[in-house]
Formats: sequence, structure tokens, C-alpha cells
Amino acid sequence: MRALAGVSLEVEEGEFFGLLGPNGAGKTTLINIIAGLVRADTGATRVMGADVVSDYRRARRMLGVVPQELVFDPFFTVRETLRLQSGYYGLRCNDAWIDEVMHHLDLTAKADANMRALSGGMKRRVLVAQALVHKPPVIVLDEPTAGVDVELRQGLWQFVRRMNRDGHTIVLTTHYLEEAETQCSRIAMLKDGRVAALDTTRNLLGNFSGLELRLHLDRDALPPGVPGRVLENDGANFKLRLANYRELEEALARLREAGVAIREMELHPPDLEEVFLRLTGRAS
Amino acid sequence: MIGFWSLCQKEILRFWKVAVQTVAAPVLTALLYLVIFGHALEGRVQVYEGVRYTSFLVPGLVMMSLLQNSFANSSSSLIQSKITGNIVFVLLSPISYLEFFAAYVVASIVRGLIVASGVLVVTVWFVDLRLQHPLWVLAFALLGAALLAILGLIAGILSDKIDQLAAFQNFVVVPLTFLSGVFYSIHSLPSTWQRLSHANPFFYMVDGFRYGFFGASDFPPGASLAIVAGFVLVVSFLNLWLLKSGYKLRH
Repeated sequence: MRALAGVSLEVEEGEFFGLLGPNGAGKTTLINIIAGLVRADTGATRVMGADVVSDYRRARRMLGVVPQELVFDPFFTVRETLRLQSGYYGLRCNDAWIDEVMHHLDLTAKADANMRALSGGMKRRVLVAQALVHKPPVIVLDEPTAGVDVELRQGLWQFVRRMNRDGHTIVLTTHYLEEAETQCSRIAMLKDGRVAALDTTRNLLGNFSGLELRLHLDRDALPPGVPGRVLENDGANFKLRLANYRELEEALARLREAGVAIREMELHPPDLEEVFLRLTGRAS
Repeated sequence: MIGFWSLCQKEILRFWKVAVQTVAAPVLTALLYLVIFGHALEGRVQVYEGVRYTSFLVPGLVMMSLLQNSFANSSSSLIQSKITGNIVFVLLSPISYLEFFAAYVVASIVRGLIVASGVLVVTVWFVDLRLQHPLWVLAFALLGAALLAILGLIAGILSDKIDQLAAFQNFVVVPLTFLSGVFYSIHSLPSTWQRLSHANPFFYMVDGFRYGFFGASDFPPGASLAIVAGFVLVVSFLNLWLLKSGYKLRH
């Protein structure tokens, strides 16, 4: 089975990049190829210029990956886990940085607890800490907030944003589209193993999503010439899809000219979910 | 090298944290073998002139424990890591396949040697045992442990489930160990079984190891050592090829 077909994209240094797509689109396969866990049949993948196959040692030192699955080694404490992980990357005496990472991820109190004794959210924090022990310039977060409570989610994003401000490149896959919308400056949307869209978050929202206008009018019919597409109509309630703000102006002008009074109005700004659904062919 | 040492340290810590299960239990098992077989056969079987059966038995039990535990360490650690998924932490790191191989094998040799020393320490009080050629003992112990550690790693790579690994252990390792002359000299066997025993690599390890204690063996120790070394080389190449290709580890 072909998981990816002709994916070609470049993430710039220092970017906060989002990789979105429905289940089975190929996001995790792509990440696993970057991480060296899966070998691509053809093509090349480089991390900061280092080929992930021929120059794998350099590529992996540049990369910190937070896996999607909640995996852990039940034999060790949090601190032992992080020390061993540092050693795998050739680092000895890494305790100062380990302490700092644990502090930012609120793990200090659990430093000597066995991994088995931690809650799911805490285990997720350790996974993040493990990906950061070697201070990688590129951090890949594969669904980092799945099953994580709100408090941790906030703390995690704060920490990741700080890493990004400090120059770390972040690649994120998530099912929470609002997270991608607020965190990522650029987004690639995968569908059936191909890149369906690749643009800045702003452009994606502007180009694909449009506006959703909800109106409660003084009558049951829209006057002729109102632009957009009627998504729902229940008596005097209308839900319209407009392409942009120009159409909004036009719609309001047509209503005014026809003497239609607006009793209530709601405008929903562009939404990544809508982009996602339209690109993946699931929009209503 | 730090990567190798860290993985090796992790593997050693892993079994040491559950030493009751990984060290004390096999020592007790070996002691029970000595008590039961010694009680049943002492005075009825004499293999070498002037060597009591229990004395003959102890080096065999030490070697058997060493082999079985070296195999158990690498195989169980790898299959557990594969099943739970935490193998990913090693696979994501810049550790090379050579370091991976060396770390698992060295840690398994360490466990084999610790268990073997434990068996020797608790059994030596019951028998009259002298170390005549310690270097032979050490050479066979190291090569034997390495061979089984590598076989364990191969079994761990090839197995997807615990029961597949258990089948490898129960239908290959245990029969080869028990039929290697741990409890008897192959000279006491009918000629067909003697010939078959020579096809069993475990026989050379047990026989050569015993030579280090008694200065007597069923097969010349130098030839045994060469055969065991040959097996180590062959399985090492096979294992390294599997690791380099990423078979069942990197997809």
C-alpha cells in the first residue's frame, strides 16, 4: 500500500509548521520518514541539510520527535529516562538542562517517580522532555496534546512557543485544528498521501474558507441579488456562505436597498476546520 | 561511544532492577538441579576418574545458567521494547546498528556472567571443585554468553509476539542446552546420539567450559573454542545484517 505519493515540501528554519490531514492521509508516515523510523521507497528527506538515511547521525541529532503513542519504559524513573535519553544522543552531565526542561514541563515533583506511576498527561510531558534533552533545532510534535488536559495543553504550548521564539523549528501534526490555527505560521494539508494545500495559515484561511453569515430578518425571503450561497434557511433565519468581505458589504447593501430589516446578525470569521473539510472533500 | 555505553547501561539497569527475577531465580533453579540430580545420581555415575558426579555437574549447571540467561536478557528486553513501543527512543537516536548490537550483547553477557557467578558461589560449597585452567573457563564463558546473547537478539528481532519468542526458547534453546551434556558425558550415549551431539554447538561450550575445571573433556578444547567462535561470527554477521536492514524494527 502506498502511504505517500510525491510529497514535496520544505519547512523553513525557525518556522512553526503544521501538518494536517484526515486519518490515513500520511502525516505520521511522513514524520516517521523524517525520523528514520520508516524508509521511503524513493526520494530524499533532509533535516537541516543532513540526509536522514546517508547522514542519519547528524539528521537525528538535529531532530527531537514527540511520538503520537504514549510509550514509556516501565523500568525507570523520569530522571533516569531523561539521563539515558541524553546518553543516546552522546550527552553526559546533562542534568542542568534536564532540570530546566522538567521545570518548564512541571515534572520536577515527579523526577524520581517511576514512569508506571505517572498519569497519561504526565507521561505525555515526559515524552516531550525526552524529545528535547539534546536541544534539537527541529522539534516534531505528532499529536502532542491528544488526551491531555487543558492546563497541560496551555503549559505545553507556552513552552513550545518559547522554543520557537528561541529559534527552534517546530513541525506539528494535530487533530485540534484551532491549535494549528493559533500556533502555526504555515500549514500543509495532506490528503491521500499528497499535499492538498501548502500555504501560510492566513492565506489558507483567506483563500479557502470564506465567511459564514447568520441572519435573522423581518421576513422569510431574501431579496434578489444577495451574493453567496444559502446553507440553511428556517423561516426568517438564514445561514449564508460568503466568499469574502466584499460580498458581505454587497449583501448588506442589497438588504438595505430592498428595505429588509436585520433583527440579528452573526459573522463567523474564516475557520481552518472549514478549509480542512473543503480540501478533504467532507464539507457539506 | 557514549550512545553505546548509555544503551548498555540501560540494558544492565533493566535486569538489575528486577534482580530477584533475573538473577536470584535462575541461581535457585540451578541449586535445585544440583540437589535433585546430585541426590539421585551421586555414587551411580562417574564420568571422569576421581571426579564425583556432583562436581562434574556444577560446571554444566553454571554454563547452562549462563547460556539461558544471556539469551533471555537480549531476547526479552527487545521483544518487550518492541511490544510496548519504547524501542522508538533508541531508534530515534543517532545510535548506529553496531552500537545497538554491541550494547545488547554486552549487557546480556554481563547478566549471564552474574548469574553464572551466582550459581558457582552457591553450589561450590557442596562439591569439590578446582579451577585448573581459568582462562579456558573465561574464554568459553564469554563466547558462550555472546553466542546466546546474539541468538536472543535475533529471536527478539524476528518475533512479533511473546509466544513466538517462547517457542524459540522452549523448542530450540532449552532442548539444545539439555542435550549438550550438562547432566552427562556424551561418551555415555549410544554412538548415534554421540554423533548428533557433535552437531549441537551448545555441547562444545559446556564441554570446553568443563575442561577448564577438570583438565579433561570429551572433545579437544581448542577445537571446541574454534567451533564456538565460528558460530559467534556467523550469527554476528546475520544479526548485523538484520539490524542494518532495519528488518522488523524500521519499516
